[in-house]
Amino acid sequence: MLQIKNLTVSIHGKPIIKGLNLEVKEGEVHAIMGPNGSGKSTLASVIAGREVFDVDQGEISYMGKNIFDMPAETRAREGLFLGFQYPVEIPGVSIANFMRTAINEKRKYLGLDPLTGAEFLRLMEEKKKMVEIHSKLTNRSVNEGFSGGEKKKNEIFQMAMLEPRLAILDETDSGLDIDALKVVANGVNKLRKKDNATIVITHYQRLLDYIVPDFVHVLLDGRIIKSGNKELAMELEEKGYDWIKKETANDAV
Amino acid sequence: METTHTSLLKDKFLELYQKEQEAIRGQATPLVNRIRRHALARFRENGFPTTRQEHWRFTDLSPLLNTEFAFDFSNQSRNIDVDKIFTCDVYDLDTFSITLLNGWFVYKHAPLTRLADGTIIGSLAKAMEIYPAIVDQYIGKAAKTDQYEMAALNTAFLQDGLFIYVPDGVEVEKPVQLINIVNADHPVFLQPRHLVIAGKGAKLTLVHCDHSLTHNISFTNTVMELFAEQDAVVDHYKIQNKGRNSALVTNNFFHQKRNSRLSSNIITLNGGFTKNIMDVSISQPDCVSEHYGLYLVDSNQHVDNLVNIDHMAAQSRSDQLYKGILDDEATAVFSGKVLVRRHAQQTQAFQNNKNILLTDDAKANTQPHLEIYADDVKCSHGATVGQLDPEAMFYLRSRGLCERTARQMMMIAFANEVVQKISIEALQKRIQNMVEKRLKGELSICDQCVLHCNSKEPTTFNIDLSKL
Repeated sequence: MLQIKNLTVSIHGKPIIKGLNLEVKEGEVHAIMGPNGSGKSTLASVIAGREVFDVDQGEISYMGKNIFDMPAETRAREGLFLGFQYPVEIPGVSIANFMRTAINEKRKYLGLDPLTGAEFLRLMEEKKKMVEIHSKLTNRSVNEGFSGGEKKKNEIFQMAMLEPRLAILDETDSGLDIDALKVVANGVNKLRKKDNATIVITHYQRLLDYIVPDFVHVLLDGRIIKSGNKELAMELEEKGYDWIKKETANDAV
Repeated sequence: METTHTSLLKDKFLELYQKEQEAIRGQATPLVNRIRRHALARFRENGFPTTRQEHWRFTDLSPLLNTEFAFDFSNQSRNIDVDKIFTCDVYDLDTFSITLLNGWFVYKHAPLTRLADGTIIGSLAKAMEIYPAIVDQYIGKAAKTDQYEMAALNTAFLQDGLFIYVPDGVEVEKPVQLINIVNADHPVFLQPRHLVIAGKGAKLTLVHCDHSLTHNISFTNTVMELFAEQDAVVDHYKIQNKGRNSALVTNNFFHQKRNSRLSSNIITLNGGFTKNIMDVSISQPDCVSEHYGLYLVDSNQHVDNLVNIDHMAAQSRSDQLYKGILDDEATAVFSGKVLVRRHAQQTQAFQNNKNILLTDDAKANTQPHLEIYADDVKCSHGATVGQLDPEAMFYLRSRGLCERTARQMMMIAFANEVVQKISIEALQKRIQNMVEKRLKGELSICDQCVLHCNSKEPTTFNIDLSKL
């Protein structure tokens, strides 16, 4: 579904991702872990289509297509979803109106008829229940005045509405208390299907107690330096990133 | 510097006054004529405002005055059947509607209507004849002709316009709608004069629409004096949708007494040149004064909003929110001044102006200004000039919205903050619709008009959404 080969990315001439390889297949959940500044969020942004970064080398193919041929909105319509680390506040745009427009633009792209008002409302009610958000949130302006937890729940709600093939959740756990974390994780788990995939980007192992990954990758200084299964996350939590730095340094010797 | 043609036009006005004095004075009361002479002296002294004046620093009138204008001091428009050239299409807006054509009250039903509750609505010229005592009690009391040059000019030539008197305790149920139409086949200079009085505890909603049904050059210089007596509630909406060749200067003087509530909302959708002056005097305590504005301009249109609020008394609140979207080479000016005098303790005054520029050539000058002499107040001011938030744009696009849709959505949201302040639902919906059409490039100034543009190409002003 997603193949990243030898990806090198910089911003204003400063290299951030330095030759990264990753493959994600249908039905899989990957966790990318790493300390601050290792390039986790940059990776998510580049896949989603943020334009401030320069891709110096490498390729990303998504569903067999070169992702760099598509602007951000086309990637979204092709089923890619980015859950933002810092969801943006957009005063005056209601979540309902935003989602209805997003869904109908996607449907238009796929050659489907737009949802009617009633169909949309039904879908919205269903998804709200699924991700356990209370009813009034969707009448409000996008993220405006939301608490940290509400913002992240809203990301998961949008994900549920858009039913992506590949969802990338960028530090969705940051700033959440344990109850909000459970709600978010529950939402993600309910949305898991055989033919979709999820990349969970996180700093801590905590989220992975609730969203169990098939693969764990450790990102350090722009490279994936170690991959493994969920045991790796536990080990990392126990021993810290310094341990893995040393270990890879020893490997190199 | 006073340019040659502005001083020529000034001379022409002074000359016209001499020549047409009898017609201009008409049936005006002796007091009105005294005020008129005083204002004329001011105009003789000061002439037209220039960019040296603080209120006009970024707005140059002189190129607009370089035209051979025609004047109508004897009301040639009186008997035109206005329904034939214009109908307002806000269908579900049930209003008491009044039309001014080229500055003159159109005698559709009667020049003055006295409702059962004592409310008087109609022509100012007629009111000076029939209710001189009411007119004299108020006229000229709010308009600061010494301070505002264009108000002096209007006062020197005041003849007709809208007159509303709402007696104490009367709530006027239907909004009063004033439709100000300019329609002439030659350049005209018009000076309508409005006097609006809301008595103690009275309630009034006024919707003031400025339209031009002509592609010809026109210059409208209007003065409105509005008095809100104790406990009165007045909502005032202005919708400005005028042609590229029209210039509009509105001088609005509001006087508020104890515990009165006043709101104004100016929506400028189009207009070659627009200058709105809102001058508010809060002379007694416990008032609320809210002033909102939205301007959407493109090509080389220019809009200038000046808001002056004078807090003379304690425990009042004033709020200003003006927002604008500028495309192409459009220019906008906002100057907001709040003066809090020494005795105006516990004043709350807020001021905010936000501008979005869609091109590098569009320009916004914004000057929020607070002058505070009281020590127990809560005041704030803010101004922004910027582009659409690129983070928000990316957020919307990452959900599948194309750039154009994302930009429209954000601009409409930006504008809606002002539109949502409109409390008449039908009007709010209608204006929201007009704003959305305007931002999608679908609104023509001829949208309002049934007949006129059959003969001409509709003029549309597209805010080009592909630019940023």
